[in-house]
Amino acid sequence: MKAVIAENLIKTYNKGSVRALDGLNLDVEEGTVLGVLGPNGAGKTTTVRILATLLSPDSGHASVAGIDVLKHPDEVRKIIGLSGQYAAVDETLTGWDNLIMFGRLYHLSAKAARERAIELLEQFSLSDAAKRPIRTYSGGMRRRLDLAASLIIRPKVLFLDEPTTGLDPRGRQDMWGVIDDLVKGGVTLLLTTQYLEEADHLADEIAVIDHGRVIARGTSDSLKKQVGGERLEIVVENANVAATKEIVAKVSGSAVNVDEGLRQISAPVTTGSKALIEAAKMLDEAGIHPLDIGLKRPSLDDVFLSLTGHVAEEKIAEVSDATSGRKKGKK
Amino acid sequence: MMNAISDALIITKRQLLQLARVPEVLIFSTIQPVMFVLLFRYVFGGSIDTGQPGGYVQLLMPGIFVQTVAFTLAATAVGLSADMQKGLIDRFRSLPISRSAVVFGRTLGDGVLNIVVLVVMGITGFLVGWRPTSGALKIFLGFVFLFVFGFAMSWIGVLIGLSVREERVAQNVTFIAVFPLTFLSNAFAPTTGMPKPLQYFAEWNPVSTMVAGCRELFGLKNEFGATAGSFPSENPLLMSIVYMILIMAVFVPLSVRKYNNASKK
Ligand SMILES: Nc1ncnc2c1ncn2[C@@H]1O[C@H](COP(=O)(O)OP(=O)(O)OP(=O)(O)O)[C@@H](O)[C@H]1O
Ligand SMILES: [Mg+2]
Repeated sequence: MKAVIAENLIKTYNKGSVRALDGLNLDVEEGTVLGVLGPNGAGKTTTVRILATLLSPDSGHASVAGIDVLKHPDEVRKIIGLSGQYAAVDETLTGWDNLIMFGRLYHLSAKAARERAIELLEQFSLSDAAKRPIRTYSGGMRRRLDLAASLIIRPKVLFLDEPTTGLDPRGRQDMWGVIDDLVKGGVTLLLTTQYLEEADHLADEIAVIDHGRVIARGTSDSLKKQVGGERLEIVVENANVAATKEIVAKVSGSAVNVDEGLRQISAPVTTGSKALIEAAKMLDEAGIHPLDIGLKRPSLDDVFLSLTGHVAEEKIAEVSDATSGRKKGKK
Repeated sequence: MMNAISDALIITKRQLLQLARVPEVLIFSTIQPVMFVLLFRYVFGGSIDTGQPGGYVQLLMPGIFVQTVAFTLAATAVGLSADMQKGLIDRFRSLPISRSAVVFGRTLGDGVLNIVVLVVMGITGFLVGWRPTSGALKIFLGFVFLFVFGFAMSWIGVLIGLSVREERVAQNVTFIAVFPLTFLSNAFAPTTGMPKPLQYFAEWNPVSTMVAGCRELFGLKNEFGATAGSFPSENPLLMSIVYMILIMAVFVPLSVRKYNNASKK
């Protein structure tokens, strides 16, 4: 059974000049995790807001656990949890105050609200900070409290909009752990992210969206295959470029890309680290000492490039900066 | 229905809890009207001859009471706009609660705050010579009137707070709306000195009818210039009730609808 269905959602802003969603279709099988992957402005938040009853689409249908989101929003609200892109809790109140307030708003008795708050604070390692105003929380703590608040009624379907954006690597790891536990508990989860790695780790299936449409969909493996999987990248002295190209061609078996300026030779490989070792061995035998050698996993940028033929639009400036930065780093 | 009320009370309780956590808010929102009482009492008090026993402070207190509760509009607008900006309204809207709970709870909370402020102002007024002469019941009724007027104004604030993009805009818009209303009225000086067209405006201004109504309830005579004998001047209490009903009839449904379609801009 599908726990979430979105059909042909269209949402425009500014009298139609901005098409936030342009015929978006997706569904989530009950008890599974769908990762919605897309760059800034792709329509992730808009999708989540429509599914969580906060926004009406111009047209299209959506249902959660078989309930029509547009016709029966009140029913949908009883079974979903939402943690938006930015933590939405009352900053002047303490973590405890917030959980009690939301618990009461979910119509728990005073006692049940207290018990649930204690449980959740424990589960999210916030017990020590419970009596401090949220104002004094770190970004990661805020995010966790926000998530805790959305779990008060043990929702059947959970929406998380970029749950780890803005967290440091440690905070991200913690959040992943928390989400893994939730998923083991059987919740159906739709989460959005800008990181392929995150979708890879958390999601059973990934929907890549761009300009308000789903442009690719599948498990992370199948997507990576579409993107071309891993690439072997080697940087060598000028004199060795030609010889290295031959070696890489042998290892890869596909077309080799040579960047003369950077003296970088690269090609897709399917055997991962085995290809890397093989290439290193052959280089060694040929007496070539690479300046840099490595496997590059496909990034969101690569997914976009290969799926759409364009770099995620809003990010053009950023991406070209990042790419040149990366290349400089490799010299 | 029961749920609607209990949901709203949870929101009200949240606001009171905020005051407990950050008492400065309550302290400063009472200091300001108290300061107004003292400034007007001692700065203008000497220069305005009221021709009534007890001096200017008797006329002033109802004026300042009404001005203060009229500004509830600003407090409500700023508070809701902040909630909206922080995404709290989104979160509330994703909960299975009554559609009016959040805005109703907010106006109620601002009403409770008004009670505290009115009491503190009343005591201050008493200390500087305010002596209502109409007896306990009418004085109490006067305060009930003030409370309800503040509550009605609060609903205008809901609509503004949910419509603007930013807290600061809410602050500015509401001040621009309320200041002229309170000054183009009989609140601080008799309207007799105003140019005639303004006198007519002041006469129909809900702030004036409220002030005149409260003066009546506190045992004072109202004075009018060009507008003496007009309907609002003769029946300030009735007129005020009509205004309050009108304001709520228009702004409660608009505000609730706005809330249900609210989304962060
Ligand atoms: N209230 C609004 N008014 C006008 N345009 C809007 C509004 N909300 C969203 N948009 C536009 O709709 C598009 C989709 O926005 P959305 O917030 O869904 O993107 P997103 O994928 O969540 O991006 P991000 O990764 O930055 O959070 C964007 O082009 C955005 O500018
Ligand atoms: Mg977003």
